[in-house]
Amino acid sequence: MKIIIRGSRGSIPTTGPDIENYGGNTSCIELSAQGWYLLLDGGSGMRNANHMEKPLHKRLDILLTHLHMDHIQGLGFFKPLFDPEMEIHIWGPASSRSSLHSRLSTYLSPPLFPVYLRDLPCKLNLHEIDNSNFEIGPFQVQSHYVIHPGPTVGFRISDRKKIFTYIPDHEPALGLKGLTVDPAWMSGFDLAKDADLMLHDAQYSSAEYLLKKGWGHSSMEDTLHFAAAAGVKHLLLGHHDPGHSDKNLEEMLSDMHLKNQYSFLYELAKEGMEINL
Amino acid sequence: MAAHEIEIILNRQLADCLSIPVFITDTDGNLIYYNEPAEIILGKKYEEAGEMPVSVWGNIFKPIDENRNALLPEDLPLVKTLRNRKPYHKTFFIESLNGKIEKISVTSYPILGRPSRFIGAVALFWDANNE
Repeated sequence: MKIIIRGSRGSIPTTGPDIENYGGNTSCIELSAQGWYLLLDGGSGMRNANHMEKPLHKRLDILLTHLHMDHIQGLGFFKPLFDPEMEIHIWGPASSRSSLHSRLSTYLSPPLFPVYLRDLPCKLNLHEIDNSNFEIGPFQVQSHYVIHPGPTVGFRISDRKKIFTYIPDHEPALGLKGLTVDPAWMSGFDLAKDADLMLHDAQYSSAEYLLKKGWGHSSMEDTLHFAAAAGVKHLLLGHHDPGHSDKNLEEMLSDMHLKNQYSFLYELAKEGMEINL
Repeated sequence: MAAHEIEIILNRQLADCLSIPVFITDTDGNLIYYNEPAEIILGKKYEEAGEMPVSVWGNIFKPIDENRNALLPEDLPLVKTLRNRKPYHKTFFIESLNGKIEKISVTSYPILGRPSRFIGAVALFWDANNE
């Protein structure tokens, strides 16, 4: 499968010369195999996916981890949603009281957006997911709830050859004692176990995390420990804090290289990055 | 072993922060976590004993009424919660293995995840000796 990072910033789109290298668009990842395309999350990076190749089957699947603004704000600017020939499937979590349609409509309706969700010209199909397993073309997808405020899932996606795990918003270290060493008590462990590639939340430095416990995100250091415990082979550190410049991110990564001697490859997720898995 | 559901994990994290005894069970009543204050009641450390089948931890203390008559399991809050998936509360006495009798109140609630998934139950023990 081919993976393209369309946006890896967290919280809010960010611009400026100091973030040019890693990019300022919020969460969106493109996956493709055998002419099938998945988009993971619909952050502002989704606009970059407007230039993607046409799917063979005129079908696109958008998998949403959750409905925070930085993960859906690109939907209204994604051209295939306005193409009557396209069949679009959106998969995402409902809440205890509101359907996925109702929750998405909160954004895709006036006054926040001029077009109603129901008026989008594409052939739209919504699928509510929780701890689910489903197939899309060659992809086997597992979604599972993870620790983050509001209904939030992570994804484990396999093309029957390789496994890609995507948990962009996740705080497995939440609690008095921080990240547990026991996998049975580790949120997201089953999604991450032995993944060939994982993109995971690494928004904060360890010092920042102490001030932001409970906000739903991870420190870079906790993410490294989590990936090591799960046996991940290649880790992309993502959901970059909007306040972190390229220089800040590289300093944080250097600090991790000095403090931790992990044998697996880990690097910063970067807008435009392409990986053939 | 598969990881526990996040609703269970978050209940454990909460229990870790509380000064009252908290017991967390799976849907069959097997004890999957208890916090430090609960260790005093059980006489066992979680780090050492780990999880306990219902047949083991259900016999560590004997629930009795004010006349020292044994209470039926089906009258106990946690057993009712596991059966009916509803919260319950009851004040009664427990006799530990060393014969010590304590008056306690137990509040139990089911862990119901989205969407309507019954995942386990929690029991909180309150010291009722001064009531």
